[in-house]
Amino acid sequence: MASTARATKEARKVAVEVVEPTPAIPSAEELLKLYREMLLIRRFEEKAGQLYGMGLIGGFCHLYIGQEAVAVGIQHALTEKDSVITGYRDHGHMLACGMDPRRVMAELTGRVTGYSKGKGGSMHMFAKEVRFYGGHGIVGAQVPLGTGIAFAHKYKKDGGICATYFGDGAANQGQVYEAFNMAALWKLPVLYVIENNRYAMGTAAERHASTTSLFQRGLAFAIPGTQVDGMDVLAVREKALEAVRYVREGNGPFVLEALTYRYRGHSMSDPGKYRTKEEVQEMRERHDPIDRLKNLMLERGVADEERFKQIDKEIRDICNEAARFAQDSPEPDPSELWTDVLVES
Amino acid sequence: MPTPILMPALSPTMTEGNLARWLKKVGDRIKPGEPIAEIETDKATMEVEAVEEGVLAEILVAEGTEGVKVNTPIALLRGEDEAAAPAPATAPRPAAPTPSTAAPAAPQVLRPVAHEPEIPAGVQMRKLTVREALRDAMAEEMRRDPDVFLMGEEVGQYQGAYKVSQGLLDEFGPERVIDTPITEYGFTGLGVGAAMAGLKPIVEFMTWNFAMQAIDHIINSAAKTLYMSGGQMGCPIVFRGPNGAAARVAAQHSQEYSSWYAHCPGLKVVAPWSAADAKGLLKAAIRDPNPVVFLENEVLYGQSFEVPVLDDFVLPIGRAKIVRPGRDLTITAFSIMVGRALQAAEQLAAAGIEAEVIDLRTLRPLDVETVVASVKRTNRLLSVEEGWPVCGIGAELAALMMEHAFDWLDAPVVRVTGKDVPMPYAANLERMAVPQVEDVVAAARALVGRA
Repeated sequence: MASTARATKEARKVAVEVVEPTPAIPSAEELLKLYREMLLIRRFEEKAGQLYGMGLIGGFCHLYIGQEAVAVGIQHALTEKDSVITGYRDHGHMLACGMDPRRVMAELTGRVTGYSKGKGGSMHMFAKEVRFYGGHGIVGAQVPLGTGIAFAHKYKKDGGICATYFGDGAANQGQVYEAFNMAALWKLPVLYVIENNRYAMGTAAERHASTTSLFQRGLAFAIPGTQVDGMDVLAVREKALEAVRYVREGNGPFVLEALTYRYRGHSMSDPGKYRTKEEVQEMRERHDPIDRLKNLMLERGVADEERFKQIDKEIRDICNEAARFAQDSPEPDPSELWTDVLVES
Repeated sequence: MPTPILMPALSPTMTEGNLARWLKKVGDRIKPGEPIAEIETDKATMEVEAVEEGVLAEILVAEGTEGVKVNTPIALLRGEDEAAAPAPATAPRPAAPTPSTAAPAAPQVLRPVAHEPEIPAGVQMRKLTVREALRDAMAEEMRRDPDVFLMGEEVGQYQGAYKVSQGLLDEFGPERVIDTPITEYGFTGLGVGAAMAGLKPIVEFMTWNFAMQAIDHIINSAAKTLYMSGGQMGCPIVFRGPNGAAARVAAQHSQEYSSWYAHCPGLKVVAPWSAADAKGLLKAAIRDPNPVVFLENEVLYGQSFEVPVLDDFVLPIGRAKIVRPGRDLTITAFSIMVGRALQAAEQLAAAGIEAEVIDLRTLRPLDVETVVASVKRTNRLLSVEEGWPVCGIGAELAALMMEHAFDWLDAPVVRVTGKDVPMPYAANLERMAVPQVEDVVAAARALVGRA
C-alpha cells in the first residue's frame, strides 16, 4: 500500500506541472456560461451521490466530480452538427451537451421520464436530438463506435466531427488501436479526448500503462496529439478549438489528452485505498477547476460574490428540481419490459 | 431547521452497515465532499462524505453501532446560511412506483403464418449460384439506397475472399466498398457506430469464426442499444459471412454459430439454404431497421438454385418454409443441412417413409408456428443441425415442442447434430463429426420405429 501511495503522489507532481501558455480569456458572457455549466455538473453529481446514498439510484454510479473542465471545455469548441460519445462516467458529458438534468436524474433513478425510459441507467443514456450517442458500459467500446460515427459524418459529407471521450484505463484497450489505425488510414473526422484521471478504477496510470504520456499513443499511426491541463477549463477550451479546427479541415483524427482528477471513488462503492487523502485534498484545494475559474472571474471583475451566490442558488434549484422530478416520476409501466427489443417494421 | 444526514448505501447491494467511527464532532463545520464518518460493509470500510455544507448539530447514531439500516438518520446538519441553505434532504419520497412485481406475459411465440405464395405463379426463373444471389442482393440494395455500404476484409480489390462481392467495387467505388484491415473488433465497432449515426452498413466477416473477436460489439453495442436507449437508437446493420464447416480447415475455422447468436434478444438471425432465399432474405436484412446476423455457408456458395427473375424479390424474415411435404415425421434443418435432409427424405421415401422437411431459414425469431403445425400432423420431430448439441437449436426445438405440441408427440424429439468435439482435421474424423445423410436416415427410421 505504501509504495502505491508513493507512486501516485509522484504521478500527481508530474501531472500538475504541465506547462501551458496562459490561454486567451473569452468574453464575460462565455466565462459565465463555462462557470455555470461546470457548477451544474458539480451540484448535479453531488445530488446524484446523495440520491444513491438514499437508495434511489442503484447499481453502478460513476461521478464526474473534479473532471468538469474537460467535458465543458471540449463542448465549447464543438458545434451543433458535431457528435459526442463517451464511456460510463457520462453524466457530465450529457449535461455539457445540454441534455435536460431532470431527465438525466430520472434515468439515474430508473423512471419512465428518463432518457432511456428507465431501461438504461447511469451508464447507458442517449439523446439523438443533440447527437449524444451514449453512455457505453464496456471499457473502450465507444472508441470504435465514435470512429464509426465520424465515418458517417464523412460519408454523408455533413461537415460534422465526432468527439470520442475515453479514459486512461480504456487507452490500453486493443480496440482503441484498431480504431486509431482506421481513423488515420481513412482520415476520419474524429477528436479523441483522453480524460486521464490517473486511475483506471483503482490502478494508478504508472501501474497500468507502459507509457503514461497518453497523447503520444496515436503517434504510431501518425495521429498528432497534445496534452492539456484538464483542471483548467480555459486551457481545455483553447486546445480543443485548435484540435477541432485540425480535425474539421479534413486532416484526420487528433488525440487530446486532458490531465484531470476525480475526487470521488471510481464508483460509489470505492473504498479509496489506492491513493492518499492528502493527494485528493491537494487536488481539491489547489486545482479545482470551478474555484480556479471563479477566482479568475473575480479578479477580472466579470462577476462579484453576490452574482456567484445567485448563480449557486439557481444551479441548486435546477438540481433540486431534477431530484424532485425524478422522484415524482413513475417507474416504467410493466409493459415496457417487452418493448424496444427490436424496431417493429 | 437541521437537515438529517442519512445512513448511505455505498454499493449496489448494501442494505445495512456498521457505523465504525465519527470523523467529525458536534459543532464542526463541514464542507461538501469532506469525510464525516467511516462505515463498514461486508465488502470494505468506506468514508461517508458530506453532501451539503453546514455545522454538525447532533450525532444520532453513536460510533460502534452495528447493523444500521440504509436511510436511517445518523446525524443532524444545521445550515450556516439559511438563505442559501439547500433544500432539506428528506427521507426518500415514496417512489410513485411499482404497480406490480409480476412480469407481464411475453409476446406470443406462436404467430399466424401467411400462406400467400412467396414467388408469384408464372414468374420466370433462372439458375443462380448462392454466391451470385448474395452479390445481386447487395448490388440491388446499394443501387436503391445510398446509405448502404459494404465493408470487410478483401471485399474490394480482391473481389471478396470467396468472391461474394465480385464486381461491387467497380460499380460502387471505394467509398462504398471498403477494404478493412484484419481487425474484426475495430471494424465491427466502427460499422455499428456508423449504423447508430444513420448509415446501413453490411459488415462482411471472412468467416464467422473471426467474428468471435467482434462479438462484443455485435451483442453489447448492436443488439442491446435499442433497449438501453428506450427505443431511441436503432442499429440497422447486417453482419454476414460464411458459417460452419467448409472442408479440412479444422477446429478454429469450422465452428457453427447459430445458437450463439439465436440466444440473444435484439438480433435477428438468418441462415438460408437456397439461392432464392439467400437473395430475398439478404435484401430483407439490409432493409431491416435492426441488427441482422446473416449466416452463410462456404460449401453452398457454388451451388445453383432457381431464382425468380423479379425486379425486387424480398422475403420476410421470420418464416420457415416447407421444402418437402410428408406425413410420417417432420425434419427441421437450416443452411447446408437442408440439402442433406432432402437427400435423406428421398432415401426414406424409397423405404415408404414420407418425411416433411422444413427449412427454418430464420433462427431468431424462429417460426415456431410452422413447426408446431407440421408436428401436429406428423407427430414426430427430428431436428438436424451442423452445430454442437449442447444448448443448440435442436435443444430449443425440443423444449418448444414440449411447450406447444406435447400432446401431439408420439415419440420424444430426436436431434442429429455435429459431434460434441472441436472439428478434427483428418478427413475421416471430420466426416464423422458433421451430420451426414445416412445419420439423418438412420435417426428418422428409428424415430418412426422402422430402424
